[in-house]
Amino acid sequence: MSNENYEPVFDENELKTVQYHISKYPKPMAAVMPVLWMIQNKYGWISTDAMKYVGDLLGLPHDHVLGVATFYTMYFKRPMGKHHLQICTNVSCMLRGGYEIYDHVSGKLGIKNKEVTDDRMFSIEEVECLGSCGTAPMLQVSNREYYENLTIESVDKLLEDLRNK
Amino acid sequence: MEKIILKDIPDLDKIDVYIANGGYTGLKKALTGMTPDQVIDEVKKSGLKGRGGACFSTGMKWSFMPKGNEKPKILCCNGDESEPGSFKDREIFEKNPQQFIEGSLIAAYAMGIGAIYVYIRGEYWKWINIMEEAVAEAYKKGMIGKNIMGTDFSCEMYVHMGAGAYICGEETSLMNSLEGKRGYPRFKPPFPAVNGVWGNPTTINNIETLANVPEIINKGGEWFSKIGDPRQPGTLLFGVSGDVNKPGVYELPTGIPLIELINDHCGGVIGGKEIKMVIPGGSSMPPLNREEALTVRMDNESLKEIGSYIGTAGVIVMAEGTDVVNVIRRVTKFYYHESCGQCTPCREGCGWMLKVLNRIMDGKGRMSDLDLLISIAENIEGNTICALGDAAAWPVKWAVRKFRKDFEAKITDKTIELPVLNKVHGLMKSPDEYDTITLQSEQEVVKELMGNVQELTQSEDVKRFSS
Repeated sequence: MSNENYEPVFDENELKTVQYHISKYPKPMAAVMPVLWMIQNKYGWISTDAMKYVGDLLGLPHDHVLGVATFYTMYFKRPMGKHHLQICTNVSCMLRGGYEIYDHVSGKLGIKNKEVTDDRMFSIEEVECLGSCGTAPMLQVSNREYYENLTIESVDKLLEDLRNK
Repeated sequence: MEKIILKDIPDLDKIDVYIANGGYTGLKKALTGMTPDQVIDEVKKSGLKGRGGACFSTGMKWSFMPKGNEKPKILCCNGDESEPGSFKDREIFEKNPQQFIEGSLIAAYAMGIGAIYVYIRGEYWKWINIMEEAVAEAYKKGMIGKNIMGTDFSCEMYVHMGAGAYICGEETSLMNSLEGKRGYPRFKPPFPAVNGVWGNPTTINNIETLANVPEIINKGGEWFSKIGDPRQPGTLLFGVSGDVNKPGVYELPTGIPLIELINDHCGGVIGGKEIKMVIPGGSSMPPLNREEALTVRMDNESLKEIGSYIGTAGVIVMAEGTDVVNVIRRVTKFYYHESCGQCTPCREGCGWMLKVLNRIMDGKGRMSDLDLLISIAENIEGNTICALGDAAAWPVKWAVRKFRKDFEAKITDKTIELPVLNKVHGLMKSPDEYDTITLQSEQEVVKELMGNVQELTQSEDVKRFSS
């Protein structure tokens, strides 16, 4: 669930996890990706304030964290829907109807690429190959579960299930 | 055919089952009975070549690592796997993670490495969890950590999660990403074996490459070298997708005829149709036409003879009726999206190619656009820090050459010609010909191009491919 606005702060346990991530690498800078993941998992997206917070935690310039967060597409720089649907349309999926799935979902929810529904329940994104070519077409929900071998019917059911979750 | 990696043993992903089926005997044999140099020699003898696309001898790569211990050495396992059409490493994570872990430990022992980083693409959330659990299990059994199997050899292993960047599968970009930076590829030299991640000597191997190693140590390099095509021995995990009846990952010996892979293993082309085009090793490899697909064998050397490569063995099959131009446009959109932006030819060139392909798809193409595409592709190829430029250029260049009729069929108005463009983009190699380009003619070309770009933004279909 995405919080619209939040004050980025880790509790004691989370700070221990940060220390663990730092301990895995010879230099603390390397922990920036895992710690950004922690922020996103906790708050749903990574705000500019959160980037500054991560920079302060790891002793990095704020602009370095900004540079990293904006380079990688899986870090959300603004709040997305409760369920973020990442629909693959790359070649293997395209051959098996990836665009039909994308257009269907887009039409049904009434939103376009990277837009969020008014109730903040769903957002969609056209993504590049997710390594699921043998089970195309497919989509991923909020950077987590894969849903594969999709049909219009199965994707309708998935939307229904997610809405009730 | 005996399988090396995806063996038909139920629950092989559990460490107890893996050990009960001869797991970790390769590591034990290496640690207790072989010197590091003997391990490297055995891998050299096996003829194992990297499975990440470059097909470089793994034993040779290992031997480039410095021998001493002045600096800590590092092994990076490349599980970024983002090439469209490639989905083999996740099969290893899911079905046989311990064999990969064992292989990477043997590699670490052979090169005197004390730390292994497994870089897995962020989208593989499920498989990252699987690997973290597998690594934790191996720690519990004393296979990773201090004094492994009671020997002097100690090694740590960490799983690092990516966050969605195709470029991080490039080895120097992976190192930058691991260091906590933007994933920009680095110049080579210095090679990673000299100056790698955090300035330490580093080797980067593909997951599948490392998963082959335990069996090579167990059964000997000679045994391995006799499997499949002798020029690239072993098995490959062929990830077949697209218009086939049974897509999936198939472990088969190298050198298998492509048509046998499609018909006998993947249940043939959907609807019994003819093959139109096959991408043999992930989207960046030059595509094959029907005639080539019917005769070629699936190993790097055989594919090289017809101007393509095995890549990551991600085979995308396209049946008769597939719109080749649209497929190439989608591939180009991918590279345009994934170009890291460091090198001008790649960053700008991919966008140009996409614009021209959009123009053709929109019915506003010109005959000269086909030469223009080849020209842009050739100006990207070889002019960038990393191979993403080549990866973007090859499918366009070779598709235009091999499927020119399909491209021409999209071009309705055949009267517009812009010969000057070819000169601007360097198709004419003689310096005299450059002299004939006046400033005015260049400006006309630019005006022509820019005018078209504005026209194109009106089409919905093109908007989708321009974002």
